[in-house]
Amino acid sequence: MHSSPFDLYHTGISPVHGLDARVKLVLALAFVLCVSLTPVGAWPVYLLLLAVTLSAAELAELGLGLVLRRSLLALPFALAALPLLVTLPGPTFASLRIGRFLISISGPGMERFVSIVFRSWLSVQMAILLTATTPLPDLLVAFGALRLPRLLVAILALMWRYLAVLIDEALRMMRARDARSGCVEGRGGGSLRWRASVTGAMAGSLFLRGFERSERIHSAMLSRGYDGTIRSLSRQPPDSRSWRLMVLGLAVLAGLLLLGYRLG
Amino acid sequence: MTDRDCLAIQIEGLRFAYPDGQVALRDISLCVGPGEHVAIVGPNGAGKSTLMLHLNGILTGQQGVVRVGDVEVTAANLRLVRARVGIVFQNPDDQLFSPTVFDDVAYGPIYMGLSEPEVRERVSLALRQVDMESYAPRTSHHLSLGEKKRISVATVLAMDPQVLILDEPSAGLDPRARRKLIVLLQQLRQTMLVSTHDLRLVQELCSRTVVLDQGGIVADGLTSVLLADEQLLRAHGLEPI
Amino acid sequence: MFALDRMGNEAMGWATRQVGGAAVASGPPAMHIPDGFLSTGVSLVLWAVAVLAIGVALAQVNRELDERKVPLMGVMAAAIFAGQMLNFSVTGGTSGHLLGSAIATALLGPWGAIVVMTCVVGTQAILFQDGGLLALGANLVNMAVIGVAVAYAVFVVSRRLAGRGRFGLMLSGLVAGWTSILVSALACALQLALSGTSPANLAIPAMGGIHALIGIGEGIITAAALGLVYTARRDVLERAEDTASVRGLVVGGLALAVLLAVLSPLASTHPDGLEWVAEEQGFLGAALDAPFRLITDYVFPGIADEKTATVVAGIVGIAVVMLAGWLAGGARRRRESGRSA
Repeated sequence: MHSSPFDLYHTGISPVHGLDARVKLVLALAFVLCVSLTPVGAWPVYLLLLAVTLSAAELAELGLGLVLRRSLLALPFALAALPLLVTLPGPTFASLRIGRFLISISGPGMERFVSIVFRSWLSVQMAILLTATTPLPDLLVAFGALRLPRLLVAILALMWRYLAVLIDEALRMMRARDARSGCVEGRGGGSLRWRASVTGAMAGSLFLRGFERSERIHSAMLSRGYDGTIRSLSRQPPDSRSWRLMVLGLAVLAGLLLLGYRLG
Repeated sequence: MTDRDCLAIQIEGLRFAYPDGQVALRDISLCVGPGEHVAIVGPNGAGKSTLMLHLNGILTGQQGVVRVGDVEVTAANLRLVRARVGIVFQNPDDQLFSPTVFDDVAYGPIYMGLSEPEVRERVSLALRQVDMESYAPRTSHHLSLGEKKRISVATVLAMDPQVLILDEPSAGLDPRARRKLIVLLQQLRQTMLVSTHDLRLVQELCSRTVVLDQGGIVADGLTSVLLADEQLLRAHGLEPI
Repeated sequence: MFALDRMGNEAMGWATRQVGGAAVASGPPAMHIPDGFLSTGVSLVLWAVAVLAIGVALAQVNRELDERKVPLMGVMAAAIFAGQMLNFSVTGGTSGHLLGSAIATALLGPWGAIVVMTCVVGTQAILFQDGGLLALGANLVNMAVIGVAVAYAVFVVSRRLAGRGRFGLMLSGLVAGWTSILVSALACALQLALSGTSPANLAIPAMGGIHALIGIGEGIITAAALGLVYTARRDVLERAEDTASVRGLVVGGLALAVLLAVLSPLASTHPDGLEWVAEEQGFLGAALDAPFRLITDYVFPGIADEKTATVVAGIVGIAVVMLAGWLAGGARRRRESGRSA
């Protein structure tokens, strides 16, 4: 069974895949910041930013379907912004009559709500692009290059290595539980409290197994000379082409942002 | 086996008890000569793994002496000892803890303090030895158990150890992967201690066998002689072939 | 603010879908704020708070834990991520899940827990897009910093009151788990209100109400997990308690819990104060001449009475959230039954 987070990466040899991971990480973060700073209602800029993500997805040969489908996942959170539709003052955009209540959606409310959701969607697309075109080990190197503390990078590296292993363990446990969760007709499957504590006991044994595994890994590290310090080989700095691409990308984003404020 | 050659490994009067008081090793004495391949067999809980962990100082005995070559295993000598003794643990998922195969094989050489070109050289040499050269950039999660086992062997070969310790090397392998591993191990010239339940593997790989039970050595001799002794094998939870 | 189940992706394979699905469909991770919902100002300030707090935690971990810390924390972060997938059905397709701040605190001590939860929340954002990148600072503050600090403070105090035995441990786990979820959710609602995304008088009661329920699941799972660890490997818990004796953090955590618990209802009944803050902190947008609009006092135009409007808004909010949760559960059930068929 391969339930691996590594499946998030889509093997390919596109220019996007080939771009230095450090540059990709910087550009992705800059993109998200740029999207966040773009004013409400700067629709032409939103469309240009969408063009950036979609063409990058196309260039990476990911298939638009994949990016679009996976990017819908932030949509439910739009609920949090839904009240804006009726709470922002302004000319009425549309009104709904539900029973005795008249709910009027204001123009500014609509504009702000759609802006929030659209920008959120753009940011998710960029995050998907990043993970789909960058192998995890390269991403870890990029974190190190961005001065993330070494301890944190080392812990993340181990976490990502064992994520799939422990997820498999969790799935096996759930399957074993489900296999024994027969149900006598007309009887429920125990009380809610009981179900929750069974799950808790499963979580507890998952943590214990993790604990014991970490002890075995520690032995394996020790036997190869680990002494508590974190060491790794130095990496080549990005080549000049990567640098140029990064500067170009940042310039484009800055330009879009300026345009956004002109329009906004 | 009459003249005890202790040039590779010498264990004298080793005793170890776990913190809960359970005695795992009682008065173990063992000598292994350079290049010798020795099997350590015995039932679960006999103390095989505990003994292995003493050989590079992950556990240290409350009594007795362990020597690897001319170096005694003490807290002061740990770095030296760990460079000389490579352990291949039973579960490759515990052994391969790095993001990529390359990182895992490079781990030992990096901690030995080698320079970057030396590290890269060691890695490619070790991967070539186990016939896994093209796997360097891959992540170990998707590999088969047999592939992971061979890479585990490479992670210690990269340290160029004098002694190789293998814990249950063939456990869980399908026949083809097991065969490939045996062929690989037969080619290695290092002194080798193999802890296993797989007596057919012992027959092919090790000329000498030590039977361990309840923390003590109960027999030590030629594999061909010991494996023919049905009574001995049955008495210590082993099944004659 | 319940998250619908993540849209599956055939190419990602069944199990990966399970990973994403479980992380999102779980109750508490409904707290993972995506990008776009927080104003840039709020996001950046919270990033600064997160960096500061996590920096302190890393320094403490470096000092106090032995050389085993890297494998221990790496594997425990993976275990908590995987533990969030373990679910139990509550009713009508909704299911209870673990977030893990409280259990991490009990197993690793507060500093270790902050670092481990940082890795968990960060991984959810970076690999699974569960929560945004710019919003990651806020999510880290809520779940890794506030969640752990509150859990730790409550756990320590409760341990002192409820005794050292197995029962006392489990009770403390229950209370710590519940409180950490509730307070994290309140912090999340407050941030959304500060950003001008959700009106305080709607977001706070809705988030608080729903997470007061979700927190019960967290509490029971935490308690049962701790009970098992206590029986099997008491030394693990003792080691965590040895490393952790941080009076400042206890006081700070309790202060946070009380502050948020008091501040939030206050903010939701007197939204004017928040509006003012929202206006002030909208400086970035304002300075750049972006339109920044205020939250109005009335939720439902058409209902004149302010109090009634607030109550109605609260009820509608909770109903909408419940409905979304129920729909999400239904979608999940259908998919799962489709899979097993």
